[in-house]
Amino acid sequence: MSGKAFFIDLSRCTACRGCQVACKQWKNLPAEQTRNVGTHQNPQDLSAKTLKLVRFEERTIDGKLKWLFFPEQCRHCVEPSCMYIANMYAPGSVRKDEKTGAVVFTEASKDIKGVDPLDMCPYNIPRRDPETGIWNKCNMCEDRVAEGMLPSCVLTCPTGAMNFGDRDDMLEMARSRLKKLKKTRPGARLADPDDVRVIYLLEYGPETYSEFTVAKARPKGRTTFSRREMFAGLAKPLRNKA
Amino acid sequence: MTNHWNDIQFSDCILIMGSNPAENHPISFKYVTMAQEKGAKVIHADPRFTRTSAKSDMYVPLRSGSDIAILGGMIKYILDNKLYFKEYMLNYTNASFLVSKDFEFNDGLFSGFDPETSTYDKSTWQFQTDENGVPQKDPSLKDPQCVFQIMKKHFARYTPDKICRIAGMEKSDLLDMYKLYTATGRPDKSGTIMYAMGWTQHSVGVQNIRTMAMIQLLLGNIGVAGGGVNALRGEANVQGSTDHCLLYHILPGYLKTPKAAQQSLAEYNKAYTPVSNDPESANWWSNYPKYSASLLKAMWMNDDPKDSYNWLPKLENGNASQYSWLPMIDRMYQGKFSGAFTWGMNPACSGSDSKKVREGLGKLDWMVNCNLFLNETGNFWEGPGMDPKKVKTETFFLPCASPIEKEGSISNSGRWMQWRYAGPEPLNGVLSDGHYFSELMEEVKRLYKEEGGAFPAPVERVTFDAMYGEHHEFDAKQTARLINGWFTRDCEVKGKKFKKGQQVPSFAYLQDDGSTCSGNWLYCNSVTDEGNKAMRRDASMTPEQEKAQLYPNWSWCWPVNRRVLYNRASVDVNGKPWAPEKPIIAWDASSKKWVGDVPDGGWAPGTRHPFIMRKHGFGQLFGPGRADGPLPEYYEPLECPVESHPFSGQLHNPTAIHFKSEKKSVCDPRYPFIASTYRLTEHWQTGSMTRWEPWLVETEPQMFVEISHELARLRGFENGEKVCIESPRGKLWAIAMVTERFKPFTVQGQTLHQVGMPWHYGWIAPKNGGDSANLVTPNVGDPNTGIPEYKAFMVNVRKWTKEDEA
Repeated sequence: MSGKAFFIDLSRCTACRGCQVACKQWKNLPAEQTRNVGTHQNPQDLSAKTLKLVRFEERTIDGKLKWLFFPEQCRHCVEPSCMYIANMYAPGSVRKDEKTGAVVFTEASKDIKGVDPLDMCPYNIPRRDPETGIWNKCNMCEDRVAEGMLPSCVLTCPTGAMNFGDRDDMLEMARSRLKKLKKTRPGARLADPDDVRVIYLLEYGPETYSEFTVAKARPKGRTTFSRREMFAGLAKPLRNKA
Repeated sequence: MTNHWNDIQFSDCILIMGSNPAENHPISFKYVTMAQEKGAKVIHADPRFTRTSAKSDMYVPLRSGSDIAILGGMIKYILDNKLYFKEYMLNYTNASFLVSKDFEFNDGLFSGFDPETSTYDKSTWQFQTDENGVPQKDPSLKDPQCVFQIMKKHFARYTPDKICRIAGMEKSDLLDMYKLYTATGRPDKSGTIMYAMGWTQHSVGVQNIRTMAMIQLLLGNIGVAGGGVNALRGEANVQGSTDHCLLYHILPGYLKTPKAAQQSLAEYNKAYTPVSNDPESANWWSNYPKYSASLLKAMWMNDDPKDSYNWLPKLENGNASQYSWLPMIDRMYQGKFSGAFTWGMNPACSGSDSKKVREGLGKLDWMVNCNLFLNETGNFWEGPGMDPKKVKTETFFLPCASPIEKEGSISNSGRWMQWRYAGPEPLNGVLSDGHYFSELMEEVKRLYKEEGGAFPAPVERVTFDAMYGEHHEFDAKQTARLINGWFTRDCEVKGKKFKKGQQVPSFAYLQDDGSTCSGNWLYCNSVTDEGNKAMRRDASMTPEQEKAQLYPNWSWCWPVNRRVLYNRASVDVNGKPWAPEKPIIAWDASSKKWVGDVPDGGWAPGTRHPFIMRKHGFGQLFGPGRADGPLPEYYEPLECPVESHPFSGQLHNPTAIHFKSEKKSVCDPRYPFIASTYRLTEHWQTGSMTRWEPWLVETEPQMFVEISHELARLRGFENGEKVCIESPRGKLWAIAMVTERFKPFTVQGQTLHQVGMPWHYGWIAPKNGGDSANLVTPNVGDPNTGIPEYKAFMVNVRKWTKEDEA
């Protein structure tokens, strides 16, 4: 498969927040007003102004304390459900770059109202700007990549947790790193590698990192279906229209 | 560092203790990761589980301040189990030296202690010597007076049971740690230590590092790839500032500040120039007079060093208890200073006991805050608890160029001097520190000329303009040239002819007669006639250099571009590397030359002892130089939660710096919790730069305190609520961060709680950010350096109330 991909090796992430800050710096996004709510994680959630967020989780695994770091961002899905669903609400809200596979929200998304991020994304990523109405998320630093540069977060990462390149190369890197990591972390795995262009290498099960590390069924109170089911559901009305 | 950053990747076992590199030296962590890729194990010993612990193979919690118990126990473990690298220990350390029969150690005190002055007379801490002054040795290591046996006896008390009871450690953790680390005693294995303020900021700071240096010597880890004793420096150029000796007790190049009793250059040189009659001891400090004369010449270019020596300021004594930070602030607090320049620092937030510092500033007639931005120091008079109407201090703010706005060099932890160029122009006529110093000096000179003064010669004759460029302005490039130094007249050295004005090629060519000048002998070789080597960015290497990742053509390091210090200890007496897979140097018998790194002297293998900066040439297990003892010994921090410890009846370091009139919490039920301060990735020092940066404040917006779940339950704290931290010095609010990463310690049967907090905050900004953790830290410090004990003191933590708000 062609296009670009990120490979994010969580065994190397030290939660330095370099990626979180580099993203804001490159895009000149404003800082949010935060306060310390009893965790190092800040802000508490992604927003239209916070496109990359390092999440912190304290877990005890096999009797040992672990502190897990999850630098969360849009997965740039190979088949992005946000694109199919958002464009139903407001055509042209989301486009996918043919060369890189980057999934990008546009200004047209301002007409999407009253929709929960989880309605369009199994990873709970896109966020609406309450002032402009425009939805925002990571855009794979399109402008940088077009000039042959690395995305800002990747360039800044000091430990090699963040990697970026052709998808095939990133998958090869991911598989090779997984093989090595399994020697000390038997539970290590890649998160949804076939479906996304942001491939995380996990040391432990996905539930230890965050709620939406892998695509999952919607939370209670909503119709539950996986991403594939979501698509299947989507495709139906379209097929009927055809 | 004896080694350098890149070298960490070659370690087989990385002990991270007294530091938190994943958070505080984030870029360095890539080298730790590289080592792990190659199979290295990483041990993190820390009271608190940090982002470093999250990436380490082994995490061992210990109570703040108990390091020497653990390290002393490791020495015992090495000796008992014969895990030392015998050939290295015997040939390269002073293990076999015989110590004076008058040397004694009893119940926590070494011989020579004077309780009146709380200092040691070190005359019994000497070696037995022959008629030539060369130490007597017992190579069989059996003589009860040999260092090896004295060490064995000294550390016999450091048993795992005693250690675990006092440090609050699990025995299995302790033994696992020992087993893993001491495996690096094998000739082809190396272990490294990454340490920082977690070790230095204690009343036994220097001894913490001493103990580790001894371990490294026993295991043969000094001078080898992936080994060494590695201090992770803080500020980008603190290594540079240390080398150029901003501290009271040293002159540039680690020369000694002269004492008042040393009335001539000859007397001064004699006191500090070691003499060795061992032909195999290089005794490099025997060149001392060349370095002192060259420094004097660099300062007073037109005068004979014999004369200009008289113009150097002198100390009454070398005591940290009189001249270092804590006593200096105490004098300020007592109104004994008329003015002060606080230059590139924010002591109102960084000094221990912030209230004392802030009030001390209020006793000055004038002060100048030279910094990038306004801070709590320059604006102390409008801080909390201050009434500007009552403050008589005239304050000035001198805005200064930031690091990216000026040209110059910085020296990193690995001693690499790296040149930097000016980026943007500073705003509004703001200039660099060098420029301000020059203008100040010019003005002082002018005033002396016009108005006279008490002792005009030193001021009138100091040749500041040796640092100036074409237009009589401070010039970093020219200053770098002066620091390297040049010939002040035509001369011939080592058979080579030099003309006046030529740069001195290296410190091997410096002279004691005024024919050379050099602002810092260590940096002699950095700017030669070939150019400024700190500017080099050439990644090319020979295959041997590449194997050790030395990058010899990338920037320049002292001394003479030697990347790994004491590298003669990395080979046997025939010049063959102990670890052929990762050599630093190797003797090529056919060309009769060393290959790899710059060797610690080009002499053939086996002809010089490798520790060339020591008088006798051997690594010092027994070290007769420190203020608190020739061997490390366990003492509790000056504020502690126990009344006794198992190693002796001497609770505290008897030579530590403190003020008798200031109360210290020892088993004080009002202050029952152990506290420690530390840094985050997201803020820098007192936060005086980072608290103005919204993206950083977004990540860590407020002062917080990390507390265990157990302590939170005990005191009824909720995660995220405001609590009050208090000590006899003061109090402040902090957001409670209740976490699994702190657990209570069981110490001598008692449950003790430890809390931790960053010291990045200050009242000036951001709003609701909080104030400095140093409002609660004590004025107690290490007797060698004077550094305050920020890492272990006692506090109370309770809910923040309306009454506290007032």
